[in-house]
Amino acid sequence: MGSPAPIKDPTMPAPVLGPGQTYTTVTQRLSAIITSRTPLGWIAALLIAGGILQLLMLSATWLLIKGTGIWGLNIPVGWGWAIINFVWWIGIGHAGTLISAILLLMRQQWRNSINRFAEAMTIFAVMCAGMFPLLHTGRPWVAAYWLLPYPNTMSVWPQFRSPLIWDVFAVGTYFTVSLIFWYLGLIPDFATLRDKAKHKISQIIYGVLSMGWRGSAKHWFNYEMAALLLAGVSTPLVLSVHSIVSLDFSVGLIPGWHATIFPPYFVAGAVYAGFAMVLTLGLPIRYFYGLHDYITDRHLNNMGKVMLATGLIVAYGYLMEQFFAWYSASPYEGYMMQNRTFGPYSGTYWSLILCNVAIPQLLWIKRVRLSPIWLFIISMFINVGMWLERFIIVVTSLHRDFMPSSWDMYHSTPWDWGLYAGTIGFFLFMMILFIRVMPVINIFEIRQLVANKNRGEHAETASADD
Amino acid sequence: MAQLFPRGSNAFARISIVVVLVVVGTGLTILLNTNRLHYTTDVQVARKQPVPFSHKHHVTGVGLDCRYCHTSVEESSFANIPPVETCMTCHSQIWTESPLLEPIRESYRTGNPIEWVRIHDLPDFVYFNHSIHVHKGIGCQTCHGQVDQMPLMWKVNTLNMEWCLECHREPEKFVRPREEVFNMAWTPMDERGHAVSQALLGAQLVQDYDINPSTDCSTCHR
Ligand code: HEC
Ligand code: HEC
Ligand code: HEC
Ligand code: HEC
Ligand code: HEC
Repeated sequence: MGSPAPIKDPTMPAPVLGPGQTYTTVTQRLSAIITSRTPLGWIAALLIAGGILQLLMLSATWLLIKGTGIWGLNIPVGWGWAIINFVWWIGIGHAGTLISAILLLMRQQWRNSINRFAEAMTIFAVMCAGMFPLLHTGRPWVAAYWLLPYPNTMSVWPQFRSPLIWDVFAVGTYFTVSLIFWYLGLIPDFATLRDKAKHKISQIIYGVLSMGWRGSAKHWFNYEMAALLLAGVSTPLVLSVHSIVSLDFSVGLIPGWHATIFPPYFVAGAVYAGFAMVLTLGLPIRYFYGLHDYITDRHLNNMGKVMLATGLIVAYGYLMEQFFAWYSASPYEGYMMQNRTFGPYSGTYWSLILCNVAIPQLLWIKRVRLSPIWLFIISMFINVGMWLERFIIVVTSLHRDFMPSSWDMYHSTPWDWGLYAGTIGFFLFMMILFIRVMPVINIFEIRQLVANKNRGEHAETASADD
Repeated sequence: MAQLFPRGSNAFARISIVVVLVVVGTGLTILLNTNRLHYTTDVQVARKQPVPFSHKHHVTGVGLDCRYCHTSVEESSFANIPPVETCMTCHSQIWTESPLLEPIRESYRTGNPIEWVRIHDLPDFVYFNHSIHVHKGIGCQTCHGQVDQMPLMWKVNTLNMEWCLECHREPEKFVRPREEVFNMAWTPMDERGHAVSQALLGAQLVQDYDINPSTDCSTCHR
């Protein structure tokens, strides 16, 4: 294909696939990440993540021995890091579902190369999120009967009118559907790996995982149908899960917890955080494995735009919170907002504005959206900013509520930090393992892209396939 | 390439779906019922006591009233386990040589109480009160079973919360006239001794005694 570089049409978006890709190169390239020898860098990364993971083990064990007293929770701030981290992690998961479901239904081709690991991210993020509600009970082994409705010997049921129980269902459904969807997409790729694998044992493992996939027309037909149905099922989940999380706050009757904008503002924040995390993970993976042909400028640009859009919605949310506090004419709401903006936590509040509102404005600039380094830095700021946002919502509202005699500051302890950092370790550890044993990029969907491209440019490259 | 899996794998895969369903179903059923099985609730399990005290002997045989020993059952939350002095009212006179009673005599001499093994023991986060139940016409037998037939003490009810609530929600199924609370063999009957249905009698008694058990959490979890 020694043809001269095509002249760039400024009205056409950058391609979703690098030049010169054929079925063979795609399959070779993407399955090589798994079938090649283990890179040293991978082992090093796994060890580091595994080290951080130990913090989780340690903090969780100590928590179970001593109880939640080791955390900074106390009256008046009875909802501390556990809920902050829960909301943060659940939010991060949202990008995966958005990419795999909504973008699928909208036939956005650029989703294909990022959906697989965004979905993996969703699943691991929801696992991390799930740990907090379980651990914050202090007795996770009996949490089943606090959380799940089943005919128990106490003949009591959870309060179905409470968003806390809706949350159990929302997150449970979300996790199940995401897992099934993810697995479904992996089946054809597992089959590819089964055929590529050299070792008998890995052949058998991938063989079992691919559930007898042979790629017949009937298989593909069923696959497409199932994927479409699951996408339909997941789409409302993108909206429902974080809306319900926001309702957890609304029942609290605490100033600052029930602005009517909460559900959409939480959902936008979730997608915002999710895309930031996709970039935080995707950029290093792309760099490390040299996947520039699959995660192209087009992807970076689009993800930058999604972040910019959701970031603006979030900024609007902050503005509206201020507005509601004033417009409600409620002295408590008013004081809460004044305290949030200028009180003892004003430093945190303004860092949040810096991270989530100010810095992301750089994304207006196309050069920034195309620069991996800039994107990485900005996404890091957003990750931090979204955490601060939840901190601000939880802590500033609680630490000075209706009764001034009980006002106090929130003091986090090393165990709060340990557990939080530990879940990050868990997340990274799982992601790194995932990269090595499952295809990070959807092989068959990329092959489909090649096919689409060939159909478009039949004269040029159709014969390049084997 | 040789086939990776033998022909039978397909059948195996299909069967595995059923197997998983059955295993999960059975597992859940067992799990959900663990708190109701008598392995965990100790229902009908007689415990070895330091002295093999028999309610059968003393209630049916000797004819003692419950309140002779469980003195505070009508006034207090706690029914009271009798001190050895109560036993010695008789056993300083009869069966004075019985080796089975040696711990009683020793306790009487030294003043160290007998350590009875508790049979009914609610968790500490539950508040229970005997006097209210006795006064509203709930018989010992309703909760403790036919104690007068027990050579050693055992539980006949799980003491699970659902058990408490079963009655708190529908007390008319269980109430009896106050005079019959200590009667171990009572059956529903009117003043003249004719058998009546519990439904009729219960509804009447609930009215007469103004029974209205609470199911608020704070009733039992204070
Ligand atoms: C002679 C004294 C005496 C009399 C009369 C007596 N009890 Fe007891 N009861 C005891 C002693 C001693 C124990 C503790 C040993 C045991 O559990 O067997 C006991 C235990 C019990 C317990 C179990 C307590 C636990 O550990 O949970 C119940 C229930 C009970 N009695 C009910 C009755 C009832 C009902 C009657 C009347 C029908 C009655 N008792 C009459 C002496 C007596
Ligand atoms: C009202 C008198 C009376 C009281 C009070 C009494 N007992 Fe007895 N006890 C008897 C009689 C009578 C027997 C013999 C019953 C029989 O064999 O039929 C007996 C038998 C026994 C025996 C069986 C002895 C053997 O060697 O077989 C034991 C054990 C015993 N009592 C324990 C106790 C304990 C413990 C208490 C106190 C909680 C107690 N008794 C209170 C009258 C009494
Ligand atoms: C409503 C059910 C109920 C009734 C009626 C009832 N009990 Fe109990 N009883 C219990 C429960 C529950 C316990 C366990 C209490 C605990 O662990 O705190 C108990 C415990 C006891 C005990 C052990 C000591 C104590 O108080 O913990 C004795 C003795 C006893 N009951 C005797 C009696 C006698 C005698 C009567 C009849 C007058 C009676 N009970 C009626 C439910 C009942
Ligand atoms: C067989 C029927 C029955 C059972 C079983 C029963 N209760 Fe009750 N309970 C009653 C009745 C009747 C009342 C009196 C209601 C009233 O005040 O009118 C009562 C009242 C009470 C009260 C007093 C409420 C107050 O206002 O102070 C408590 C506490 C209580 N029950 C606890 C328990 C616990 C704990 C259990 C289980 C271990 C239990 N009950 C099992 C029938 C029952
Ligand atoms: C009539 C008395 C009664 C009332 C009313 C009651 N409980 Fe209970 N509850 C109990 C008893 C008895 C137990 C202990 C059961 C056991 O040991 O398995 C219990 C146990 C529990 C437990 C299990 C605790 C643990 O960790 O094992 C929970 C949770 C509970 N109750 C919640 C409630 C709630 C919520 C309510 C109000 C809707 C309530 N209870 C009302 C009697 C009651």
